Amino acid sequence: MPKSLFTATVSGERQRLLWRAVALLIAALIVAPLAVLLTRIGEADTHLLRHLLDHVLPRVVGSTLLLTTLVVASTAVLGTGLAWLVSRYRFPGRNLFNWALLLPMALPAYVLAFVVVGLLDFAGPLQTALRALLGPDLRLPPVRSVGGAAVVLSLSLYPYVYMLCRSAFDSQGQRAMEAARCLGLTRRQAFWRIALPMSRPWLAAGLLLVVMETLADFGTVSVFNVDTFTTAIYKSWFGLFSLGTAAQLASLLLLIGFGIAVTENRLRDRAGYWSTGRGRTEPGVALSGPRAALATATCLGVLLAAFLLPLAQLLAWAVAGWGGAEGTAMDTTSLRAAGRTLSLGLAAAALVVATALLLAYARRESPGRLTDAATRLATLGYAIPGAVLAVGVFVALSLTDRALPALAGVDWRIGGTLVAILFAYLARFLAVGFGPVEAGMARIGRSLDDATRVLGAGSWRRLLSVHLPLLAPSLFAAAALVLVDVMKEMPITLMTRPFGWDTLAVRIFELTSEGQWEAAALPSLALVATGLLPLVLLNRRAQSHAGPSITESPTPSGPSASTPNLSGAAPARPSPT
Amino acid sequence: MSRHHPAQQTLRAFALALTLLCTAPAAASDKLVVYSARIEALIKPLFEAYTRETGIEIQYVTDKEGALVERLKAEGAKTPADLLITTDAGNLWQAAQEGVLRAVESATLDKAVPANLRDPRKQWYGLSIRARTLFFNTKMAKATDLSTYEDLASPKWRGKLCLRSSKKVYNQSLVAMLISEHGEARAEQIVRGWVANLATEPFADDTRMLEAVAAGQCAVGIANTYYYGRLMEKRPDLPLAIFWANQDDGGVHVNVSGAGVTRQAKNPAQAQKLLEWLASPKAQNLFADVNLEFPVNPTVAADPAVKAWGNFKASPINVVEAGRLQATAVRLMDRAGYR
Repeated sequence: MPKSLFTATVSGERQRLLWRAVALLIAALIVAPLAVLLTRIGEADTHLLRHLLDHVLPRVVGSTLLLTTLVVASTAVLGTGLAWLVSRYRFPGRNLFNWALLLPMALPAYVLAFVVVGLLDFAGPLQTALRALLGPDLRLPPVRSVGGAAVVLSLSLYPYVYMLCRSAFDSQGQRAMEAARCLGLTRRQAFWRIALPMSRPWLAAGLLLVVMETLADFGTVSVFNVDTFTTAIYKSWFGLFSLGTAAQLASLLLLIGFGIAVTENRLRDRAGYWSTGRGRTEPGVALSGPRAALATATCLGVLLAAFLLPLAQLLAWAVAGWGGAEGTAMDTTSLRAAGRTLSLGLAAAALVVATALLLAYARRESPGRLTDAATRLATLGYAIPGAVLAVGVFVALSLTDRALPALAGVDWRIGGTLVAILFAYLARFLAVGFGPVEAGMARIGRSLDDATRVLGAGSWRRLLSVHLPLLAPSLFAAAALVLVDVMKEMPITLMTRPFGWDTLAVRIFELTSEGQWEAAALPSLALVATGLLPLVLLNRRAQSHAGPSITESPTPSGPSASTPNLSGAAPARPSPT
Repeated sequence: MSRHHPAQQTLRAFALALTLLCTAPAAASDKLVVYSARIEALIKPLFEAYTRETGIEIQYVTDKEGALVERLKAEGAKTPADLLITTDAGNLWQAAQEGVLRAVESATLDKAVPANLRDPRKQWYGLSIRARTLFFNTKMAKATDLSTYEDLASPKWRGKLCLRSSKKVYNQSLVAMLISEHGEARAEQIVRGWVANLATEPFADDTRMLEAVAAGQCAVGIANTYYYGRLMEKRPDLPLAIFWANQDDGGVHVNVSGAGVTRQAKNPAQAQKLLEWLASPKAQNLFADVNLEFPVNPTVAADPAVKAWGNFKASPINVVEAGRLQATAVRLMDRAGYR
């Protein structure tokens, strides 16, 4: 790669090497549990694998593909559509929906699942009432099916895509759209040809998260009794007593996750996504009449289905169970669990966002195959089911614990402490934090870096004084995503938490594993309540348009390269090559 | 520019914090650590009672059984756990297979726990019994229509059977016992018959399944007795009744929730005392009644609500078979298409 004038100095070279080392270190840290897990493949029983291939995997792969396709399509449409609606138009309730459409993030998918099944299944209130009205032989489509699971997962996961797309639309600047309108495109054409392609890193990050969440999900699909690849992994481990076979299947998921991420990356490798002009100054197109009503109805409908109605049912169950013995026993411990949940979530969010920033920065400062590979590896923890990753983390930490006396002469135990659980969260959720941070980085043009180098700033100074303020919205978005994910997380928390550190998700699991869904309503409400305030606050920071605008000319040799940056009106370079 | 980068100071602070978080104190001799697959709500009152009686503090962590066994294996000699409690025999067998439990010689336990409800190699002991039997909608079927688990495979029940998912360990143990009794070929026939008779997709849990039976989606289902007890406590008007299966032929399938002392326990003697206490009349009611299960100690009477379901003949097969044949049962259910 040709060295530009500004990196020919020795310290520049050293800094690049340092950043490469940082990326490799982070990747090694994350990959360690995965590697440990892969070593268990040696224990895999070929007879079991044969059995799974013959009787389980064909059907399971089909269901998984169907489920993933349905969920990805729905979340893409919902997330992008709603983000565009809220970003570019004005209609009654728009300011409310702007942040309210994120609320379903605070509700775990497995809670939504048992609420939906409880409400809509044969023995639930809706069908019972319908049978009373229309006769006892009424048979409706089955709720506990791939379709049902797809609906619940879509309603639960669309906020990821929504939040990221909204950040994309908000940050891409007015100039591109104005130029497009000048050149004769209608608003709809401008959306498809300019706005959407320019949001590609964000959209891709969101959809990648959705795919990995769906593949690794266990709680929701088991409520619907849908068999996916992950349920086959659990069956191998818990039913067939073979962690080796489970690890073998999980490694396939890792390959898929890796493959998708690499392909997506390669596809957008040479495109530029720099922001053009200030953030949204135009207040948005006002809708009127039926179109405004449609916009409001759509937003309200989604919010009702994904959040308000389930919340109402949870409230009803909580109130009904309040007087009983279970109710009072739960509410005192629920408060402590809420505190634990929040503190773990905040600590994990800080750790993950900091690491993601380091990794994204390393990638930017020291581009090349090695750092690319390191980045992809470091985000793999999200692709496999949480319980399986937890075992990897646990075994890796236990190995470290056993080696500590020999290595460092101390007899400590890291496993079972807060370090263990935070490390496990890092390994799993780095992907969630990395997406928004990397996309935010993509918005910062190279010429800004060069300018700071000319002025004599090193990497650290550049990061702290220049990039950090510009990245702040992305960092807060990443923190919000990680926070809610960690608070809802269950299998890793179960396995790595220190004594007495029960979170609300653990409480919900214990109750639902015993079929006490109604009793789980109170901790579920507590979980939503605990997540709401941080979510809203972080969202507010994520939407702030902090710092000066950044404009970019297409190439260094382009005609507009000579004009100073801050007010340039260069058109965007939208489409990928 | 300062010599000490803020980054360096942050790193130093981080390292210090790490050392503070890392240290785990050694286990005191008046403290026991328990790994439990039985949920906190069920074991907390029990352990509090033990602490009040003996002054020994009990620290516990709950998790799924498979994860607990892996954790014990990974921790090896550094494990803090003294006792492992699970909710079914299959996982106790698995724990013994993986070598994380130790044999316990105790005349008290041998007397308190019947032979078919404890490990022949003395590595674990059942502490409460859970029966898995038939439940039917009183408006759609009569007790005289029912007889055995095997009979549910006959064509007369077409479209009238509801089952819980095969992924839950209770059904895996049930099928394992069927294999133990009838052999694999006949057991597979029975399970295929069940699948053909299903009225709807298998359910994620027993309570939802029982509600479906009561709502009339099907006429009969197989569930654990305590789910029935809890449901009827909440909604006594449901048209749902219990039927003890196989009374003329083998007996009702039973499973145990039990415990074993871990191989690397730091306080094995205290752990054994705790185990003996759990099987003693003082604790048996605390252990079993809160979850409407049957106490394993034959000298202890069950909760009155539980006794109201009537006496029944339980299968005398040793529950260790549930573990030994679990993987076989899972493969059989996959072949038969029982999801």
